[in-house]
Amino acid sequence: MANDFGILSFGAYLPRARMQRKAIAAANGWFAPGLKGQGKGERAIGNWDEDTITMAVEAARDCLGDTDRGALRQVVLASTTHPFDDRQNATVVATALHLSSALRTSDAAGSLRAGTGALIAALEGRERCLVIASDMRRAKAGSNQEMQYGDGAAAMLVGEGTPVARLLGAHTESVDFVHQYRMGDKDTDYGWEERWIRDEGYLKIVPKAVSVLLGRCGVEPAAVAHFVMPGTLSRVQAAVAKKCGLPETAVRDPLGAVVGDTGAAHALLMLAAALEDAKPGEKILVAGFGEGCDALLLEVGTGSGAARRGVKGALAERREESNYMRWLSFTGTLDLERGMRAEVDKVTAMTVLYRNRDMIEGLVGGKCRACGTVQFPRQRYCVNPECNALDSQDDYVFSERTGKVLSYTADGLTYSPDPPTYFGMVQVDGGGRMLMDFTEVEPASMDVGLPVKMVFRIKDADPNRGFVRYFWKAAPAARS
Amino acid sequence: MASGIKDKVVILGMGCSKFGERWDANAQDLMVESFEEALKDSGIDRKQIDAAWLGTAIEEQHVGKSAVPLAMTLRLPYIPVTRVENYCATGTEALRGAVYAVASGAADIAMALGVEKLKDTGYGGLPQRSRGALNDLFWPNLSAPGSFAQLAAAYRAKHGANKDDLKRAMAHISVKSHANAAKNAKAHLRNAITEEDVLRAPMIAEPLGLFDCCGVSDGSACAIVTTPDIARGLGKKDLVAVKALQLAVSNGEEVQYDKWDGSYFATTRIAAARAYKEAGITRPREQVSLVDVHDCFSVTELVTMEDLQLSAEGTAIRDVLDGFFDADGQVPCQIDGGLKCFGHPIGASGLRMVYEMYLQLSGRAGERQRAAPVWGMTHNLGGFPSQNVSSVTIVGQYGA
Repeated sequence: MANDFGILSFGAYLPRARMQRKAIAAANGWFAPGLKGQGKGERAIGNWDEDTITMAVEAARDCLGDTDRGALRQVVLASTTHPFDDRQNATVVATALHLSSALRTSDAAGSLRAGTGALIAALEGRERCLVIASDMRRAKAGSNQEMQYGDGAAAMLVGEGTPVARLLGAHTESVDFVHQYRMGDKDTDYGWEERWIRDEGYLKIVPKAVSVLLGRCGVEPAAVAHFVMPGTLSRVQAAVAKKCGLPETAVRDPLGAVVGDTGAAHALLMLAAALEDAKPGEKILVAGFGEGCDALLLEVGTGSGAARRGVKGALAERREESNYMRWLSFTGTLDLERGMRAEVDKVTAMTVLYRNRDMIEGLVGGKCRACGTVQFPRQRYCVNPECNALDSQDDYVFSERTGKVLSYTADGLTYSPDPPTYFGMVQVDGGGRMLMDFTEVEPASMDVGLPVKMVFRIKDADPNRGFVRYFWKAAPAARS
Repeated sequence: MASGIKDKVVILGMGCSKFGERWDANAQDLMVESFEEALKDSGIDRKQIDAAWLGTAIEEQHVGKSAVPLAMTLRLPYIPVTRVENYCATGTEALRGAVYAVASGAADIAMALGVEKLKDTGYGGLPQRSRGALNDLFWPNLSAPGSFAQLAAAYRAKHGANKDDLKRAMAHISVKSHANAAKNAKAHLRNAITEEDVLRAPMIAEPLGLFDCCGVSDGSACAIVTTPDIARGLGKKDLVAVKALQLAVSNGEEVQYDKWDGSYFATTRIAAARAYKEAGITRPREQVSLVDVHDCFSVTELVTMEDLQLSAEGTAIRDVLDGFFDADGQVPCQIDGGLKCFGHPIGASGLRMVYEMYLQLSGRAGERQRAAPVWGMTHNLGGFPSQNVSSVTIVGQYGA
């Protein structure tokens, strides 16, 4: 399948913290005793410094690996929780990925089908396109959604080459079946009765889309090796598979016990997991439900576009979280007293951010042509005292570099949503250093010499003007 | 080669306010307090002052911008007045302006006054503010203790120091400063503490606990300087002269170039070497009589002992624990309590250090007086270990 068109590589990202559902049930049991039955397993929850954009960047980095980023022509970010309604979220991601400005970026939104819709558009197009789906949905405390949702992202690189999978066909049924909705001024979803959603929604709309698609492709249901369909209703995947005539063994685990449902990202996340297991020649059927159904039929190719971390890696990189109160404060559900130090005004000068966007959003420094010194930030004069050449530096991207902790502290005085604040000097492998924030720190293993990697995160927020600032942080590189 | 500042300028008079949580005082009251003492000490009239420098760091917290607040508060007669700011080294910066004015011959008598009114923030610690539009986009949201705590991690790694030994030496530093301040009526924190108190205190920024951090204080200090001839003409005897006044400012090598290991102050080493040369000191550990350093945090004092060549590299923990820098040690450090206990009203601190050296050299340090001091050294630092301003001042008997 050389020079075929299809999915060339894929990537995934899950926040490290996994909220233990029994902690949610325990905290809310006095009010909603019905949650006790759901108090099993865990769900991925974003850290205070993560959002849809930062998770998208991490999934995209996992997907792109060392591929030539200059060849990309499109980037789509699909989500129902884009941080910005006006300011294209995909452009922030593209800047963080240090992509060329000659790029068609867009946000796909408005439905749980946003991810599958964007993937179909890319696979039916001709351009090299990065499709990212990322979601971090809020839920009310004590709700079923709080139990069932998860935070996460997945990315698919589509283009010409040797695909991991190519599209055999796609079909969409658009039906205004409102199983849940969220208007712009609300933080959380409003849903209808589950039995109706199952009987009138999943069991009627999905089989219709699947049947049309398989018929058009001339593929028997029994030939499907992997059936990817998100959905939090109990055993809904098996019921739909049975109704469609798909093999029982084809039904993919919706990852409810270990991740939760990641909204618009979930079909792509499950597809990534399927691609990790699938063998060349196998057929994967993807069904994305929401106001109808997107159905895609894929054939696994011989491409070796395996993600560096992928879903398996993301699942393994986990930390059990039982502090429900902390999570509520991270999501803004609980308004903790932050103290006077949190009152510092964080107005962002857009002029400054724009002039320095490569440095701030892309972690781009400089490498001196005269002496070879790598440095951050890139200033007009080279920092090497034996050189000090003027305007001698080429762009040098630090984001994909690893480094080691040179000094650190746990600062309990300065304001942080998750005190203490860990920060320190990082000596970057290959040269350059920076005094930077750390994230995802395991206090016991923090020490001088600890290997770290760079991750794109929220630096801080400006509540007065509703703006979020992003920058890169150092996170422990490898975990035992 | 510049001829340097040695013996060109002498101290005509000095003053220092009571440091502390001065709920009773505006910044203007604090200025008057140190100025009145300095004026009386010098024996001149305010109209004899040719030029003045105001040092204040966080001006938006109290007096506002410019030198006008000094001129208005002290009713200075339309003379040139300059306001300077250089992080926590602001006080020494004001002194440097006045000393240079006299040394150049542009002024016969010049004044430096540093003031800070910090306790109007509503919370403990230094005020937290913007660090500039671009810096705010990428600097960690660090506190002062957080930035200086970095030294401990890097020092331990470099010298293979044991965590507990380092923590114990840091504790000894704070215990010593509290003991010294108990004998200083102007000091902010005058209670004696034990090593146990330090080790048990709440953590502020690992490994710095509450007692590893200096006081956040209101206060003011003032120096009036002139030439040796004019001082003699005014009837002054036993003149205390400026022997060296050096400043080194980071140019980004520590934080951006790959050589610095994070365990010391590159600036202090350079400023100290220059100051010793200017003063003619060749064996600091034996020659310096006493020293007041910028002990914003215990660990800062510890590594500074090495940066000033008072301890050999990697031996400060041992020297501290041996009592080398105690009040009865060979080189007493923070005999007045230091930033730790005298307090740290930022713009005043550099001048407060020189005030103590001036008292010691004039034999007026009361209970704290050391026998026959020859060289008094001060070290006033501003910023963070990775990018800072470091100043070293040496004073001594004129002509000695």
